[in-house]
Amino acid sequence: MSLFEQVARWFADGSHWQGDFGIPNRLLEHVELSGASILAAAIIALPIGIGLGHLRRGGIVAINVANVGRAVPSFALLVIAFELVGLGWPPAFIALVALGIPPMVTNSYIGMGEVDADIREAARGMGMRERAVLFRVELPIALPFVMAGIRTSAVNVVATATRAALVGWGGLGRFIIDGFSQRDDAQKIAGGLLVAILSILVEVSLTGLQRLSVPKGLRMRESVDTTLSKVPAAELSAA
Amino acid sequence: MLATGVLGAADDPWIRWDWISGHVPVIRAALAQHVELTLIAVAIGLIIALPLGVVGWRERILRGPIFSVTGILYTIPSLALFSILVPFTGLTTLTAEIGLVSYTLLILIRNVVVGLDAVPEDVREAARGMGYRPFRQAVGIEVPLALPAIIAGLRIATVTTIGLVTVTFVIGKGGLGSLIYDGLIRDFKTPLVVGTTLSVALAVFADLTLAGIQRVITPWARSRAGT
Repeated sequence: MSLFEQVARWFADGSHWQGDFGIPNRLLEHVELSGASILAAAIIALPIGIGLGHLRRGGIVAINVANVGRAVPSFALLVIAFELVGLGWPPAFIALVALGIPPMVTNSYIGMGEVDADIREAARGMGMRERAVLFRVELPIALPFVMAGIRTSAVNVVATATRAALVGWGGLGRFIIDGFSQRDDAQKIAGGLLVAILSILVEVSLTGLQRLSVPKGLRMRESVDTTLSKVPAAELSAA
Repeated sequence: MLATGVLGAADDPWIRWDWISGHVPVIRAALAQHVELTLIAVAIGLIIALPLGVVGWRERILRGPIFSVTGILYTIPSLALFSILVPFTGLTTLTAEIGLVSYTLLILIRNVVVGLDAVPEDVREAARGMGYRPFRQAVGIEVPLALPAIIAGLRIATVTTIGLVTVTFVIGKGGLGSLIYDGLIRDFKTPLVVGTTLSVALAVFADLTLAGIQRVITPWARSRAGT
């Protein structure tokens, strides 16, 4: 039996679709863990990035936190968290939150920096209070960058949540890790495919959301080169 | 592959110097493997990315497909990619490099395109006027002028790859990741701390080295930034 047939049979096997060890439950675990981590990371990161950007302060920290984040292997974060709090979802949650914070801080800071000083001046000149300047002028213009940060974080988090299986949690990574330890090629490939499909779905849908988040008045500028708008702003800034 | 270490080994300190002094050869081998896997991945990635970036910049029709394919490769989580590849290419360096190279492509190609975009049209005009053909113009004029962006991409790709190599432990080619994994399965903190510290140090070292190279070989970018 060829490998492709084995994988097809694995997916066709009804027992892989039910119960705690089935695909639906593993998917739910994966999405729950990722979702909670992204939410927690956003609650911590966005006020920091947006706040610093509004105050035009702490730029060096805000820009470099993403570079530092890239240098620390996410696998090491996970194992350190495991040493601190033991097995299960807590270490995975801690590592994923830590992983999710940097891109959101950096991108939202950069987005706020994109707002022209003239526009801020004009808003103040019209008598807007600081709150209104922030929420009604700066944030809408910075929103695509904020969304780019959320997308980058979310894609990283969903991808890395696969490794939660290494510290005794479920999620779709369970199939991959079990596939390796049981030398079960079909399960390995099936798990890999499930994780890959989920990641691509998250990437594509959040890219769509990011496009929609561009304020109407700025759409023209955005359409100049949509292929490059896939680029996380933080990474472009390095160029 | 499950963490089976006995929990509650609370008296295990974060670092045991006697373990380190007894395992210098192991640590050195892990570091060497890490560097090797990274260098091969970034070098092959650059060899593929340069022509694709130049073609993608010139032919706008190809730009979409190039970014879509490399974007999808970039999005597939490393663990998933390895688990799909291993049944076909085995627990080999080839498997590790296919994964590592594919993650460098989006970053590198994008920065090549961004760099080429920044080449002034006057310069292209002048090169054409002097009789440069497209290939010589790309190699002799455009790519050198795009170097600041290309090297910036190399820095990101290198640091990213150094982090990703830690995951290749699943195919037995983990470099420093094998030390981190050792820490996980034995619930023993010292190899974890050693592997993590060296990995971060390697990333910082590589980043600073490339930044230094960039300053030396693109002096015009420095003077422009200074004004």
